[in-house]
Amino acid sequence: MTQNRIVVGAHYGWRDWLVQRVTAVMMVAYTLLILGLLLWFGGLDFASWKATFGNEAFRIATFVFMVALFWHAWVGVRNILMDYVKPVMVRLALQVLVIGALVGYAGWTIQVLWGGR
Amino acid sequence: MAAVDRPVVKPRPVYLNLFAIRMPFPSVVSFLHRVSGALLFAIGIPLFLGTVQRALASPEAWAQMRATLDAPFAKIVAVVLAWAFIHHLFAGIRHLLLDAHVGVELAAARRSAALAFVLAIVLTLAIAVRLW
Repeated sequence: MTQNRIVVGAHYGWRDWLVQRVTAVMMVAYTLLILGLLLWFGGLDFASWKATFGNEAFRIATFVFMVALFWHAWVGVRNILMDYVKPVMVRLALQVLVIGALVGYAGWTIQVLWGGR
Repeated sequence: MAAVDRPVVKPRPVYLNLFAIRMPFPSVVSFLHRVSGALLFAIGIPLFLGTVQRALASPEAWAQMRATLDAPFAKIVAVVLAWAFIHHLFAGIRHLLLDAHVGVELAAARRSAALAFVLAIVLTLAIAVRLW
């Protein structure tokens, strides 16, 4: 009988742990890039802002950052939900909402980066 | 004859009552890591995407976006999110260092927790001062 089956733990804990750290390092690298650009331009106006996003390499770097952010957010929010939301159906419903939001954000990111041209 | 001690089977997973626990300072920093992460997910990501999108639209939209930041409420949101980002960043770097066995002793771990906490607040205050 499996009525008391616990719906957590499928040996992906270790992978999530690694994902969380790899994506974190990627986001730190992008943050340093942004800080560097801000120092380079000495502040931010529309022209430099627009020119920065006109650069294909910067758009790709931004997309990589955002994907890392979404994956990182998924692991983190899922951990929070697993810890504090006890009813399984409520937790699953919230997790589906979070996944839906993050997939939507990914589409939105592509639109922001490449949709305006 | 002594009874054989059987290991007590505890119910898993264990849920802790956060309101009944007195947390040591590193736990507070760790908890704030979660709070800041949740804030960044729930408010930070959509606000970031919306702002970047609007600011790229036209010079007028850019100017409008800068003007929005003059409103006190917008400044408060910006400062809260700045704190969330900076705290999450420093507490996260601390976690990475702990993973690498740097500063795992109790005293060092307490110091680094305090450092991440204070540094985040100081930098957030600096941003707040610049915004106002």
